[in-house]
Amino acid sequence: MEKKVTFTIDNKECTATAGSFIVDAARKNGIYIPTLCNYDGVKPAGSCRVCTVKVNKRHLTACTTPVAEGMEIEVDTAELNDLRNAVVELLFTEGNHYCPACEKSGDCELQALAYRFQIMAPRFPFQFNERDIDASHPKIYHDHNRCILCKRCIRAVKDKDGKSIFEFNNRAKEVRIKLDDKLGETLSDELALKAMEVCPVGSILVKEIGFKTPIGKRKFDRIPIGTQETTEQLSHKEEHHE
Amino acid sequence: MTTTEIQTVLKKFRNDKTRLVDILLEIQSENGFISKQKIETIAEGLDISEVDVEQTMSFYHFFSCKPRGKYTIYLNNSLVAMMKGREKVADAFEKELGCKFGEVAEDIGIFDTSCIGMSDQEPAALINGKVFTNLTSFRAREIIRDMRKGMEVEEMYANTFGDSKNSSKLVRSVVRNHIKRTGPILDQNFQTGKILQKQLALMTPEEVINEVKRSHLRGRGGAGFPTGIKWEFCRRATGKKKYLFCNADEGEPGTFKDRVILTEKPEMLFEGMVVAAYAIGASEGILYLRYEYSYLKDYLEDVLDKMRKDGNLGKNPAGIKDFNFDIRIQLGAGAYICGEESALIESAEGKRGEPRNRPPFPVEKGYLGFPTTVNNVETLCSVVKVIQNGGEWLRNMGTKDSTGTKVLSISGDCLFPGIYELEWGFSINTILEMAGAHNTQAVQIGGPSGALVNPDQFDRILCYSDLATGGSMIILDESRDLLKDVVMNFTDFFIEESCGSCVPCRNIPTLLKNKLTRILEGKGTMKDFEDSQNWANMMQINRCGLGHTAANPIITSLENFRHLYEDKIQKHKDFDSGFDIASAVAESCEFVDRDPNI
Ligand SMILES: Cc1cc2nc3c(=O)[nH]c(=O)nc-3n(C[C@H](O)[C@H](O)[C@H](O)COP(=O)(O)O)c2cc1C
Ligand code: SF4
Ligand code: FES
Repeated sequence: MEKKVTFTIDNKECTATAGSFIVDAARKNGIYIPTLCNYDGVKPAGSCRVCTVKVNKRHLTACTTPVAEGMEIEVDTAELNDLRNAVVELLFTEGNHYCPACEKSGDCELQALAYRFQIMAPRFPFQFNERDIDASHPKIYHDHNRCILCKRCIRAVKDKDGKSIFEFNNRAKEVRIKLDDKLGETLSDELALKAMEVCPVGSILVKEIGFKTPIGKRKFDRIPIGTQETTEQLSHKEEHHE
Repeated sequence: MTTTEIQTVLKKFRNDKTRLVDILLEIQSENGFISKQKIETIAEGLDISEVDVEQTMSFYHFFSCKPRGKYTIYLNNSLVAMMKGREKVADAFEKELGCKFGEVAEDIGIFDTSCIGMSDQEPAALINGKVFTNLTSFRAREIIRDMRKGMEVEEMYANTFGDSKNSSKLVRSVVRNHIKRTGPILDQNFQTGKILQKQLALMTPEEVINEVKRSHLRGRGGAGFPTGIKWEFCRRATGKKKYLFCNADEGEPGTFKDRVILTEKPEMLFEGMVVAAYAIGASEGILYLRYEYSYLKDYLEDVLDKMRKDGNLGKNPAGIKDFNFDIRIQLGAGAYICGEESALIESAEGKRGEPRNRPPFPVEKGYLGFPTTVNNVETLCSVVKVIQNGGEWLRNMGTKDSTGTKVLSISGDCLFPGIYELEWGFSINTILEMAGAHNTQAVQIGGPSGALVNPDQFDRILCYSDLATGGSMIILDESRDLLKDVVMNFTDFFIEESCGSCVPCRNIPTLLKNKLTRILEGKGTMKDFEDSQNWANMMQINRCGLGHTAANPIITSLENFRHLYEDKIQKHKDFDSGFDIASAVAESCEFVDRDPNI
């Protein structure tokens, strides 16, 4: 049998399977912790830092830290919420994001978080970094202006032999996601779609289908990010109770 | 290199992709860069994609996919290099070659690089992997002229080889040790092999750990974690195999003590690795040597060979039954972050040097997933002395919470830069006096990630509970502009060396730099001040120590030299957009030949 542990989130008693990551454990207990670089079923990267919580007074990322017996976790505090906002604001100023013109508007997790956090204007100056658009691949349109460098594509999309198709190139401010020339050439429709789907923003798009779902019918058009899954989870739990 | 030759290199490393850094180094050594075509061959041979090769390659400063010249000059741009006149040298290189840094002319490339561990003999450069020290503009021109003649790099040295082992047959470098004060690590009181044979062989691993615990020895790499406890964790961790790493990535600007220990006491260091491996139960050891110190590699390999011959390494070192341990040397390829222990492990696995998320800690799951201990060069040397003299002995030196000695790297504005092995507990004042420092305005303790300390605090002492340090101490006299020269240089360093994963670490230092630039230009207001402090606060949520400390130059200078900032900001203004309409329209006004009417 799976071992259970008990811990608290903002003083609320919670239980979860030992070894599960704090984000997942929280979700099981009906608590949403915002994430961005995390993607279900893929090894967490812990790079965006949006999911930062405090565990026994220390800042840790909820997507990479397993729960343990007796942990005291803080999620919804003024300090942490401000730090999360700041991360989202930083991403908006690092890239060049023009939501109204973006194919992913309404499906974009960055945009959705900004709405959820009610961000009006970033506290940081826009950096106007020069970024390229790479439309040279047969299936994929790759707009680096919108990339938030979450590495989701790198981790989730591999070829049939497990080789990387996307890479993290260079370092520091110069890091960019790069698509393998050869593997990009032969990319299957299925993997191309997957790449678009795992991309939280509008950086990886499959050519010619960007507006397939009309605006208004998109994921976060009516329900803010974070509420869907928690309500789902909650109804799930209630079913169990019955 | 032909395809077949590349395949031979790959074969030498058993087509093992975890040895990618070694493979790239070897292939690049031929002509200084790795072409796209070679990348294809490598990817094919290792059965990985080309982007897999490129993501590692593009991470490291010393790898290039474009030609960087038959001769490649990497001129250090650290603070101390600047203080010692690097700009004049850089200028001379540029003028003589007629090209800028980052470019290649006449098959000679000139590039910047972060601190190369020569702060006691700056300005210094790496030329095709060899170290050149005490450079001047005269020497710069001379070197370029020698290159035009096609001379071998070693033929371009202007003086005799350095002191002691620096001039040995296998090192042949012009580097000098500058050992000013010795203690148990650097004195002559060490006999090769004796401690292993006569003492270690009679102890159980548990006894070794207990002795080290009794000594209260703490890691000398900066973080100060108790060594005995780390070893105990690793010993208790389950794993089919265990690894011991010696961290010789010494990249904190202003530090060079590990360089000197590696040069003068490699036997002691490797014996320390044997002790540690025995204690934790490791069968393989890896010395991770920064690329900048690759001039020591052949020499170190030779020491390892001798140890094997003497029966102190390999099968049953010191005749200890059921214990086998050997050491290999892993070169880095230019990345400060690889000094962080989990990044170091990633790098040794042939990957980008990106720190890992913890838990799991390396002692549980480290190199190739096995329990791994990482220790600093100096820590491992101290261990040998603890085994020799007992834990109690170490506790008789230093302070209550900081036992033993610390090897300090002292540089900057003083008469006697160099290596000082001192007991913990000396005050800054005393050390300044020892090093012959006058009119000291500030001291940078612990390198850029440490603190900029003002004279009011010079009676503070070096120890883990007051001023903890990995050993770098840069002295700054009154002629220095602390904000423009020091804080700016350090901030640039962190901007360059971030691995780029975490959002705050990748962005905040640049934003802070822009703020500082505004302040220095006289356009700053109180708001810039407050912003800087608030934004720097965000760095605490980064993943690793680099991100946690990258704002320290700004934070500690704001704390300890606030008046320097206050002198520069506009006191009558609450806000300055930073936008100057006159200069924005200047060009168009000139074009239409009109005076701006603003
Ligand atoms: C950015 C960064 C750079 C580091 N560089 C070094 C280094 O060059 N040498 C070193 O021994 N430790 C370095 N460390 C500390 C290591 O992570 C690790 O704590 C140390 O090697 C452990 O050895 P010790 O316990 O013997 O000190 C660095 C840490 C960080 C965060
Ligand atoms: S804090 Fe900086 S250096 Fe460390 S992992 Fe994050 S981005 Fe990389
Ligand atoms: S979601 Fe946890 S760090 Fe990005």
